[in-house]
Amino acid sequence: MNHLLSISDLGAEGIEEVMRVTDSFVEVSERAIPRVPALRGKTVVSLFYEDSTRTRLSFEMAAKRLSADTMNFSVSTSSAKKGESLRDTCQTIEAMGIDALVVRHASAGVPWQVASWVGCSVINAGDGWHEHPTQALLDCYTIRGRRGSLDGLRIAVVGDVKHSRVARSDVLAFTMLGAEVIIVAPPTLLPPSLAGWPVEVSSDLDSVLPKADVVYLLRMQAERQSEALLPSLREYTARYGLTRHRVDMLPDDALIMHPGPINRGVEIAADVADLPRSLITRQVANGVAVRMAVLFLLLGQGPSGPLSGRSEPRA
Amino acid sequence: MVDATGERMADVLVQGVLVTAVGSDLDMPFGATVLDAEGCIVSPGLVDLHTHLRQPGREEAETVQTGARAAALGGYTAVVAMPNTEPPIDCAAAVREVLELGLSAVCDVRVAGAITSGRRGRELAPMGEMADLGVRLFTDDGDGVQDARLMRRAFEYASALGVTLAQHCEDKVMAAGGHMHEGEWSSRLGLPGQPAEAEELMVGRDIALARLTGGRVHFLHLSTAGSVEAVRAAKAEGLAVTAEATPHHFTLTDAAVAGYDTVFKVNPPLRTAADVVAVKAGLADGTIDAIATDHAPHAAEDKEVPFDQARPGMLGLETALALALTELEVPIATVLALLSWNPARIAGLESTHGGPVAEGRPANLCVIDPAAAWVVDPAALASRSRNTPYAGRKLTGRVRHTVLRGEPVVVDGRATR
Repeated sequence: MNHLLSISDLGAEGIEEVMRVTDSFVEVSERAIPRVPALRGKTVVSLFYEDSTRTRLSFEMAAKRLSADTMNFSVSTSSAKKGESLRDTCQTIEAMGIDALVVRHASAGVPWQVASWVGCSVINAGDGWHEHPTQALLDCYTIRGRRGSLDGLRIAVVGDVKHSRVARSDVLAFTMLGAEVIIVAPPTLLPPSLAGWPVEVSSDLDSVLPKADVVYLLRMQAERQSEALLPSLREYTARYGLTRHRVDMLPDDALIMHPGPINRGVEIAADVADLPRSLITRQVANGVAVRMAVLFLLLGQGPSGPLSGRSEPRA
Repeated sequence: MVDATGERMADVLVQGVLVTAVGSDLDMPFGATVLDAEGCIVSPGLVDLHTHLRQPGREEAETVQTGARAAALGGYTAVVAMPNTEPPIDCAAAVREVLELGLSAVCDVRVAGAITSGRRGRELAPMGEMADLGVRLFTDDGDGVQDARLMRRAFEYASALGVTLAQHCEDKVMAAGGHMHEGEWSSRLGLPGQPAEAEELMVGRDIALARLTGGRVHFLHLSTAGSVEAVRAAKAEGLAVTAEATPHHFTLTDAAVAGYDTVFKVNPPLRTAADVVAVKAGLADGTIDAIATDHAPHAAEDKEVPFDQARPGMLGLETALALALTELEVPIATVLALLSWNPARIAGLESTHGGPVAEGRPANLCVIDPAAAWVVDPAALASRSRNTPYAGRKLTGRVRHTVLRGEPVVVDGRATR
């Protein structure tokens, strides 16, 4: 495999392999000088057509820790503002001789289109409402770090699933690794059809919490109110927000996760986000090591270096 | 030979612009051109109710000349050019411009006029002055008339002109922001969808308005099972309703969008397999009167963009007949009725197109080799654009010759000019 576009490209085995490689890079990240020469001479370009802080920085740090050269293309300072087409931009950057494009775009499917136009590796860093595979990988890695495995866990994904690329990738990844997923949302924030999704659906968070091993909260955006998908954020919080009271309904060892950035007081109460069982900052920390693993598996093993390769990193 | 009167074996003699004899052992005049039709079907030329020729305004995608050539190669002797050009065809001057461009084309180019000025859906366009130039179909294609009261007035006004209103049925509020059919695939792909109901609401509304006003309505490119059922019921009720469907709505489903290839973006969007079955059934039982292409050429730069920014539409003229012959399980006479004499009647062209192949009739004909197998190659198409969704598809049945007003404009699958 040349690209990481969707979690479904990986399958359970591919995800497990990324996690095994991530273990080694977590160890690298803990060193005094957290840097290895695995991708020396390689160039990784992030092509972000949508604002992002954590994902862009996380990829950049991952590439730097692997000794790759990094470049940023952000749309506000670029020729895209002068009307250059997406295809021309990609081909222009590729012509400079690069090894990977990390693509974020507000439109679903753009990484697929880019992959069809360029010869280098393409990594999907989030496309519209569709997928965000490295987020799902770091979520799996984070859960695995606390619980050993996802097999048999009950994971509640709560919130705006309809507009969430994180939810789509997470549902695929969690269920591939044997977890049971329950989607909890008001019906207006569910995808129009869940045919083929291996999930349970509920609109009653309180009935789901007592049996949940993980509560995964999605970011709620204020604009959903103006689209008549919600009466108000206040009503959303009352019915679907993870309040202190609702945390008490969870089993003692249940974990709380969120892809960030969080809206304190909307989908998660301010004090809940800072509880020891909340893994929100752990997710961010693991994100760097997971992205190192993805970059290494795509670029670090010569021309035949697929994610399905078997060799261990020389970290 | 197959036409509305049945099937028979015969030779056809054309002199000038007319068919002058049909029969066996015809005396061939000295110096006559012979078009071999061995193993082929001679049919009245095909008529497309729904063609975007892009002129004026988007000549980089298609022109009247290139679109007409694509049409002739597809067996068409007449096409109805849709009014969503830039500027739109919403007055006599604009109609005249396109008709004049069509005079030297290799296909008879007719024009549909806009129902409302500028296709803005606010006030009626001067339908009378356009009708005086021979316009028989009016539509704001691409933007169905949203205002029910305005549409009612359009029906009432049109009835005095003896013209037909054609509607692109899409409730804009319901469909807002949708770039594909809303359902299982849109949910999985994370693309905003438009539900079947956005189309069906307007089909239902216009049936009610046809009932109210006694007006005549033609439904453009029906794509959902619910729309087909509504039209079936309206016809049973005796309302003056006709309908068309496109080849892509009976051959492709929304699953084709899975790779985000914008060539599959079209409006109305590709629907589900159940809708495809319903459209095919509607074509077979006469609920849907005609196959229309909605031939919608787009320049590469308008398609090589994110899916939600790409222009909707796909090519159709050069593949429609073959798709119908390959995919529809109906007799060949039904296929030709759907492609020739039914649309000719809806377009008000029955005096020159789609009529029986008989002495004294205008010689607008096509000769089809029903057994010819071929593979669609976008680079080989005559259209100025390349956005066919059928690249690499194997089809059976191909146009061999097309005769326009007595002139062989396509011979052995090649345009003569």
